[in-house]
Amino acid sequence: MMFAPGAAVRVKNDWPETRGPVHLRTPYYLRGRRGTVVRHLGSFRNPEDLAFARPAPLRHLYHVRFDQPAVWAEGQAGDELMVEVYEHWLEQA
Amino acid sequence: MNIIETDGERLLVALRGVLAAKGIASAAEIAERIAVTDSASPGQGARMVAKAWTDPAYRARLLEDGSKAAEELGIPMRGMPPLGVLEDSAELHHLVVCTLCSCYPRAVLGYPPFWYKSAGYRARAVRDPRGLLAQEWGTVLPESVRLRVVDSTADYRWMVLPIRPAGTEGWDDTRLASIVREGDMIGVTIPSIAS
Repeated sequence: MMFAPGAAVRVKNDWPETRGPVHLRTPYYLRGRRGTVVRHLGSFRNPEDLAFARPAPLRHLYHVRFDQPAVWAEGQAGDELMVEVYEHWLEQA
Repeated sequence: MNIIETDGERLLVALRGVLAAKGIASAAEIAERIAVTDSASPGQGARMVAKAWTDPAYRARLLEDGSKAAEELGIPMRGMPPLGVLEDSAELHHLVVCTLCSCYPRAVLGYPPFWYKSAGYRARAVRDPRGLLAQEWGTVLPESVRLRVVDSTADYRWMVLPIRPAGTEGWDDTRLASIVREGDMIGVTIPSIAS
């Protein structure tokens, strides 16, 4: 496991269009955004491959917290977004 | 052959035949799954919430592992994604959305309400959640309460454990469950006796 709770991460600005047929489940609004790892949720088959019926290795899944007003430049300070993101869709921030 | 113009019933019979022939799913297994899906309803989640309100040990198990806690109450979870439970407090309110599509804790809440899959709900829940709650549901969160929007995007399903409303002291589980609505477990509404 690459990230411990509290780790600062950034969602990779990754797009299926740039690297062939994969199923990326990171919401568009979070690509390139900084967040904080809350906890490890377990390991699941890589959705990138599952969607295309390819052999899908297990990948670590994390719950990641994002500052909500920072993403949209509006909203109430302190509000947050919590999203499941796979380890290989994150990088160290 | 154009799948849109195909007779749906014939297609279904053919698909079931292939699944059985290949040993992927028998007719009995498909019937069992349909029965499980049809029996799921917000009443199941409400039973879990009510028990968590009256039984602190169950509440702890529910927050630790929602799937196991559901099974404890006889709710079938086999083959379902893991269930996570989000506990509201006086300082923190949860709202669940799936911006990508329609991930929903069907095992414990049944079919999602029609608006849950709408583009409007999905977009506003992450961008203007306080406005969405106030305008569409009349749920006005005080500024002192932090809002956490949980965007369900992967392999978990999430339900909210709301705060037990005042005035329900001494109520038994059945009576408590009767006031817990679907929206309370998504986080768009807050349980109250008046409702």
